[in-house]
Amino acid sequence: MNVYSRPIVFLVLAIVVISVGTLVTTFIPLFAKTTSTPIDGIKPYTALELAGRDIYVREGCNNCHTQTVRPLKFETDRYGDYSRGGEFVYDRPFLWGSKRTGPDLAREGGRYPDAWHYQHFKDPRALVPDSNMPAYGWLEDTQVDPAVAEKKMAALGFPYTADEITALNGKTEMDAMVAYMQKLGRDFKEIMAAKNAQAAMPASALSNPYAGNKSAIEEGDDIFEVNCASCHGKDLKGGIGADLTAASLKFGGTDADLYASITGGRPGGMPPFKDALGDDKVWRVVSFIQYVRGGGEEAKEAGHGGHH
Amino acid sequence: MEKEVNYEYGVVQGFALSALFWGVIGVLIGILISFQLVYPELNFAPWLTYGRLRVVHTNGLAFGFGLGAIFGMFYYITQRLAKAPLPFPKLARVHLWLFNAAIAAAAVTLLLGYSQAKEYAELEWPLDIGVVVIWVMFAVNIIGTILNRKEKQMYVSLWYILATIVTVAVLYILNNLAIPVGLLKSYSVYAGVDDANVQWWYGHNAVGFVFTTPILAMFYYVLPKATGAPIFSHRLSIIGFWALIFGYLWTGAHHLVYTPVPDWIQTTAIVFSIFLIAPSWASVVNGYYTMNGRWDQMRSNYLIKFLILGITFYGLQTIQGPSQAIRAVSQVMHYTDYLPGHVHMGTMGWVALTASAAIYYVIERVYKTEVYSVPLANAHFWLALIGQLIFSVTMWFTGLQQGLMMMQRNADGTLAHTFMEALKLNYPFWIMRGVGGVIFFLGFAIFVYNILMTIQKGKRLGAAAA
Ligand code: HEC
Ligand code: HEC
Ligand code: HEM
Ligand code: HEM
Repeated sequence: MNVYSRPIVFLVLAIVVISVGTLVTTFIPLFAKTTSTPIDGIKPYTALELAGRDIYVREGCNNCHTQTVRPLKFETDRYGDYSRGGEFVYDRPFLWGSKRTGPDLAREGGRYPDAWHYQHFKDPRALVPDSNMPAYGWLEDTQVDPAVAEKKMAALGFPYTADEITALNGKTEMDAMVAYMQKLGRDFKEIMAAKNAQAAMPASALSNPYAGNKSAIEEGDDIFEVNCASCHGKDLKGGIGADLTAASLKFGGTDADLYASITGGRPGGMPPFKDALGDDKVWRVVSFIQYVRGGGEEAKEAGHGGHH
Repeated sequence: MEKEVNYEYGVVQGFALSALFWGVIGVLIGILISFQLVYPELNFAPWLTYGRLRVVHTNGLAFGFGLGAIFGMFYYITQRLAKAPLPFPKLARVHLWLFNAAIAAAAVTLLLGYSQAKEYAELEWPLDIGVVVIWVMFAVNIIGTILNRKEKQMYVSLWYILATIVTVAVLYILNNLAIPVGLLKSYSVYAGVDDANVQWWYGHNAVGFVFTTPILAMFYYVLPKATGAPIFSHRLSIIGFWALIFGYLWTGAHHLVYTPVPDWIQTTAIVFSIFLIAPSWASVVNGYYTMNGRWDQMRSNYLIKFLILGITFYGLQTIQGPSQAIRAVSQVMHYTDYLPGHVHMGTMGWVALTASAAIYYVIERVYKTEVYSVPLANAHFWLALIGQLIFSVTMWFTGLQQGLMMMQRNADGTLAHTFMEALKLNYPFWIMRGVGGVIFFLGFAIFVYNILMTIQKGKRLGAAAA
């Protein structure tokens, strides 16, 4: 009568034993609405974004990058708002990853301008000298196939138009990848931005505690070099980012305007630095920029001599 | 007596050698990817970029080396414990060839970027179908042998073998369900949170039913044979077995702590992870107590060294694993290099040491001879042990360092470190880890040489006797 002498009974018993946990933790949750209902405002992928996502899968970017921000303060300060289940309902497969050899990408959309991504994929170390990310310049050599893209959109049941498919002609895999990077977390950020719009505080109410302070300016110089120079140039004359020495700045040149540009970011690809730097460091950078704008650049260049 | 049974040993040897072959390839790729993380210029071509190679490393070792050894050892152990030959030896030979063809096809398609991007389930749908076919061929022979057995009671190893066979089938099929959109492209039938939950139910149990239960089957078989003493406690074996296969299936979401997967699933997984310490340690205790009064064999019998260090790493692994599931610990080490430290204590320590012992033991029996060189086997042991310790210890250290740096704040409340500041500090540790890998590889190369020479010697003796 014992199961150890009856292989078939033993097998059936084993199946029953492994099924309990499977049913409770894996099978039953498949029918829960909470995990499969999109948050209002989360949109499916466009044909170009989906093509980019499939290249992400093909290249195994998920082996170095995660796509989920944990609801922990140190994590949201670094990467942005934490991930919600309803953001992922169009993701097949999910791409949360299990290892951060590179930073999380769940909120990558809008963090950098397109130009930054093109340059970064071609040569990551040109922008981030110590990066170990492989270069992906060869993504420019292959074009997206509109027919395949259409078939995929249809298989997933995502809405698309004939024009959208025609527009894929001539797009490279690199274009698709950059489009996908800009899509990551974008819808969610827009939802939150709309919610927060009313609560915003007028920037003009602020004043710079370090205006003209020498040591603050020097520190601001260092902070600028680490965080800003890759886009605005060491001389502040621009590159990927705007020329900060221009006589008139698009978003204004007062201390309060600069503070707002830096802490909140600007839509054309200026990332927000409020969480990364904090008020104190931002004011030091503002002081530095004002110093350069006020003609301090020559003085600085002369002082540093051959160091640059 | 024994001469009367016509055991099928050809496939046993075939699978053992296949495992060694894929083991060499997989470990070499492991060394390459660990250096790619420090020297990105080593990403020589699109198909040799880290993102693709890491997957070839994990699949090559889990399935090429791991499953190869498991198939070979299970064919041997099952026939011996049943005292019956395989009912379909030809089918087993086809199984051997298909297995190698499938691993080769897996390596090629993964290098070309055909991937489902779910860990340990990367293979695209046509290969998935092949894997299922291969598994059924295997199951038919093993279950058939057990049904034909001459020994009424099934020994512990057979329990683990049967549990492995059914559970892997269920896991693999359910997690790989997908809608094909081309010959080598498909989309998972599950989306987002559901996909994540199903994947890690699978992923953790791939660890449970590829890296744990089959290896325990080998351990329970080889330890009493090598020591000449029965397993310490049958009752402990029974409790350990049922509690382990019951508990494992609840724990998948410990890979998803702090993700959008519902909290109750995470908490359940954490609780069952702690629970798993008990059945895991049932086997550790069984192993240690079996050695009671025989600890001198650690010096006199090279197999015992592999087995006892193997079960020791299993014991450490099954304490460390549950601790990682706890939220407070997960906050720090999740996503860092601490994890590869855990993984490789399990794979290079527990799995590789135990499977090596089984392969040495079985090849000796298949050829009715002794291993070619005990000193070489000892060298293999020490190199594997040192290589693994360097790997795990460096990764634990740098992983913790990175995890803590990500949390640290300045006096004004801002984050103290950028991502890159922490990443840079990994570089020296990744180099040391690579060196550990090279040492491990030297041990593995000696292992392969020793096995090949044992087979040569066996063949010569066989020819002389005939
Ligand atoms: C070997 C690991 C590795 C692989 C593979 C990898 N990356 Fe990265 N990635 C990094 C690291 C490290 C960084 C941070 C340094 C940098 O910006 O280059 C990074 C940065 C990035 C960034 C900028 C993130 C930010 O907010 O600053 C993006 C976008 C990105 N990677 C996308 C990708 C894509 C897409 C792929 C696949 C085609 C990929 N990466 C493959 C390691 C990797
Ligand atoms: C990833 C590239 C990038 C980085 C890094 C970056 N910026 Fe920018 N920045 C931009 C871009 C692009 C714009 C233009 C935005 C627009 O036009 O909407 C911009 C705009 C600005 C502006 C507003 C300029 C105007 O014309 O009104 C200021 C001020 C500024 N950045 C300061 C900084 C400072 C200070 C840092 C470092 C803390 C920094 N930026 C880092 C890309 C960057
Ligand atoms: C009681 C037993 C065990 C428990 C509870 C356990 C727990 C865990 C946890 C919580 C993680 C994920 C950590 C994270 O991502 O934050 C993990 C990862 C892992 N463990 Fe274990 N572990 C156990 C035993 C083992 C054993 C015996 C092996 C054998 C090799 C092993 C191999 C792995 C692997 C390969 C991963 C990495 C998965 C991935 O992210 O790709 N574990 N384990
Ligand atoms: C010389 C020996 C080895 C080296 C150098 C090596 C190297 C590596 C590296 C660099 C990674 C990637 C870690 C990361 O993401 O940061 C990795 C992952 C992995 N390796 Fe190895 N490895 C070796 C042996 C093995 C063996 C023998 C096995 C299995 C039997 C194995 C199984 C795995 C698994 C399952 C992962 C995925 C871990 C995860 O997702 O967290 N490795 N290995």
